[in-house]
Amino acid sequence: MPLGLNRPQIVLLGVNHNTAPLEVRERLSLCESDTPALKLFAGLSSCTEVVFLSTCNRVEVLVSTNCMDEVKESIKELWMDRGKMDFKILQDSLYEYEGMFAVRHLFRVASSLDSMVVGEPQILGQLKDAYRVASEANTAGMVLNRLLHKAFSVAKKIRTETRIASHAVSISYAAVELAKKIFGDLSGKNGMLIGAGEMAELAAQHLMASGAGKLVVANRTLSRAVKLAGSLGGSAISLEEVEDALIDADIVISSTGAPGIVLSKDRVKRIMRPRRHRLLFFIDIAVPRDIDPRVNDIDNVYLYDIDDLKGVIEFNKAEREKEAFKADRMVEAEVIKFMAWLESLNAVPVIQHLQKKAEAVRQREISRSQKVLESLNDEQQKALDILTRSIVQKILHDPIVCIKKGAQEKNNKMILDATCRLFGIDGLEETPKLQDKDLPDDSQDKTIS
Amino acid sequence: MHKFLFQITVFIYFVSTVGFLVHIITLRKDAERIATGFLFAGFGFHTAAFLMRWFAGGHPPLVNLHDSLSFTAWAMVGSFIMFQWCCKLKSLGAFVVPFAMIIMTASSFQSTEILPLPPVLKSIWLPIHAIICLFADAIFALAFCIAIMFLLQERQIKKKRLGAVFKRLPSLETLDAMNKRCLTVGFPLLTLGIVTGSIWAEKAWGSYWSWDPKETWSLITWFVYAALFHQRLTVGWRGRKAAIMTIVGFAVLIFTFLGVSLLFSGAHSYATWLK
Repeated sequence: MPLGLNRPQIVLLGVNHNTAPLEVRERLSLCESDTPALKLFAGLSSCTEVVFLSTCNRVEVLVSTNCMDEVKESIKELWMDRGKMDFKILQDSLYEYEGMFAVRHLFRVASSLDSMVVGEPQILGQLKDAYRVASEANTAGMVLNRLLHKAFSVAKKIRTETRIASHAVSISYAAVELAKKIFGDLSGKNGMLIGAGEMAELAAQHLMASGAGKLVVANRTLSRAVKLAGSLGGSAISLEEVEDALIDADIVISSTGAPGIVLSKDRVKRIMRPRRHRLLFFIDIAVPRDIDPRVNDIDNVYLYDIDDLKGVIEFNKAEREKEAFKADRMVEAEVIKFMAWLESLNAVPVIQHLQKKAEAVRQREISRSQKVLESLNDEQQKALDILTRSIVQKILHDPIVCIKKGAQEKNNKMILDATCRLFGIDGLEETPKLQDKDLPDDSQDKTIS
Repeated sequence: MHKFLFQITVFIYFVSTVGFLVHIITLRKDAERIATGFLFAGFGFHTAAFLMRWFAGGHPPLVNLHDSLSFTAWAMVGSFIMFQWCCKLKSLGAFVVPFAMIIMTASSFQSTEILPLPPVLKSIWLPIHAIICLFADAIFALAFCIAIMFLLQERQIKKKRLGAVFKRLPSLETLDAMNKRCLTVGFPLLTLGIVTGSIWAEKAWGSYWSWDPKETWSLITWFVYAALFHQRLTVGWRGRKAAIMTIVGFAVLIFTFLGVSLLFSGAHSYATWLK
C-alpha cells in the first residue's frame, strides 16, 4: 500500500552567490534559450508544480512532485542540455533540498536571510515576481501556492518584528543615511553629481527621493549631463563650472572615470569661505578616486569614498547578523507549521476513499431494498435518503476527525494504515487528483499575498 | 522648609538623570517619558524651594554660592524644558540633566544658612543683575552640552567610525543650529548682565568699573563669546571651530563663576561670606 508516499513532495534545486560563480548562474538561468525556462521545467513529466526564480545572485527551481528522484534527475539533465553545463560543475555548485529543508531554504531566501547582503529588500519582490509568472503560466498549484504565500507572510513578519532591515546596507542607501546624520533634514539641501555613472545616478535618485532640493549634474560630455539632469529633474553644467557650482552644493556625489584626482584639497579649501563654511559632504564612489582624500581634513567637509561606505555597510551588516538569529528562529517555527500541513495531505486520499466506500455501501443497500422502498412516496423517499446519508456521516465523523488530527503528526503512516485495514480500503493507486476543496483546512493561519 | 524642598528636588533630579541615561543607553521611549515627567516635577519643587527661601530670608536668595549654583541649575532645567518644547533635540536630556544634577549636588554641599544681607547688596539691582547673569551662565552651560554632543558626533563622522554614539546623537547641522541659537540668546544676556552690574556698581560704590577680579574675568569671558559671535555672523564660522570656541568660552566662564570667587578676594567674592 503506497499510502505514505502519496502526498506531493517538495524539492528545491539551485545555486547562489556562494556556491557558483556568476558565469554558472548565468547559464543555469537559461536566459539564452528561446522557450522560457519555466515552461521547460513545467514540461517535465515528473514535475507537478514548479516555480522558477532567477536573480543576479541565485537561480532556483522549486518543484512539487510525486516522484522525487526522477524530477531531480530530469531537472539536472535539462540544465546540462539547455544550459550546456558540465555535469561535474553542475554537481559541485548545485544544492538540493527536499521536504522541510526545501521549505526552510525558501523561507530563508524570502526573508533575505540567505542573501549576499542579509536583510536586503529586493529578493522578496523578485520572489513575488517569479511566483506571479508561475501562477500566470499555471505552473503553480495548490501546494506551491500555499508554500509561496506562507513564504511571503514569513518574510513580512520577520521584516516587521526584527530589525533585520533597519540598517543601511547598500552604497547609495548608506550615503543618504550619512547625509541625514550630517544635515538632519535634507530638504533645501542641494545635490551635485560629478560624472554620470550608473551608481551615482542611483545614489542621486535616493537623495532626491529623500527630499533634497536642487540637483546639478556636471559631466565631461555635456550631452550626457543634460540627459541625466533631465531624468532626475536637475540642471546640467560642464566640468569647468564645478568649482562655482560647489558654492551652492551641499552633497556631492562623484563618479567620473577620470584616471586621477578631479578635485584637489586646495580647490575645496578655496570654496569654503564663499560657502561661509557651510557643511559639505562628498561621496566619492569612483575607482580610482576623484577627490583628494585629504579633503576630509578640511573643517566642515566630510569625504566618504567607496571603501568608507563599505565600512559603514560592514558595521551595519554585523548588526543585522545579530537580528538574523532571531529571524531564523521564526523561520523554524513556520517550517514546522507548514510541514504539518503538508503531512496532513497524506490523509486526503484516505478520507476520500473512506467517504467513497461508505457512499457506495449506502447506495448498494438502498438499491437492494428497492422493491420495498418503491411503495414510498417521493417525500418519504427523500427523507430516507437524508436519513441514510446522515447515519453514514455521523458514523464517519469521528474517524475522519481523528485521521485529520493524526495526519498533522510526523508519523501519520500508522493511523492511515490502521484506517485502511479497519475499513478495508485498498487500491489507492488511482488516487483522485487533489482539489483545493479537499484540503484539510486550518483557517486560523490564513495567508496573505 | 526650603531645605527640605531643595533635598526633594535633588532627589527627583537624580531619578530624572537616571531615566535620561537609561534612555540614551537602551533607546527606550518610556524611559524618556518618565525622565521628562520627573524633570517637570523636579522643576516645580525647585521653583517652590526658591520662593520659600526668598520668603524665609526676606531677600532674593542669590547671594552665596549655594544660591547661585542652585539658581543656575534651575535656569538650566527651565531653558532645557523650553528648548525641548520648541525644537526637540534628540538625547540632549542625557547631557543637560546630569550636568544640572552635578551643579545641584555641588550646591547642596555649600552652606545653606541664610545670613543677613550686607547693606551694600540691599538693592533692586541684586535680583536684576544676578538673575540675568545666572541665566546667561545657564544658557552657556546648555550651549556647552550641545557643543560636546557636536564634537562627539563630528568625530564619529570624520573618523568614519559610526558606532553606538552615532545612532544616538542628532545630526551635525541641527546641533550647530542649536549652538547658534544658544549663543544668540546667551550673549545678549551676558552683555546685559555686565551692564546692569556696572550700573549697580556705580550706585553702590560710586564707580562703574573698578577692575576687581570678577569684573575683569567677566570681561574676558565676554570677549571670548563676542569673538565667537562675531565670527559666526561675519565669516560664517560654524561646526567644529564654533563648538570648540563654545567649550573654551564655557571654561573661562566657569573660572569667572567659581575660580575668581574662591581664589581672589574682591567686592564680588563669596569668600567673604563663606566661613
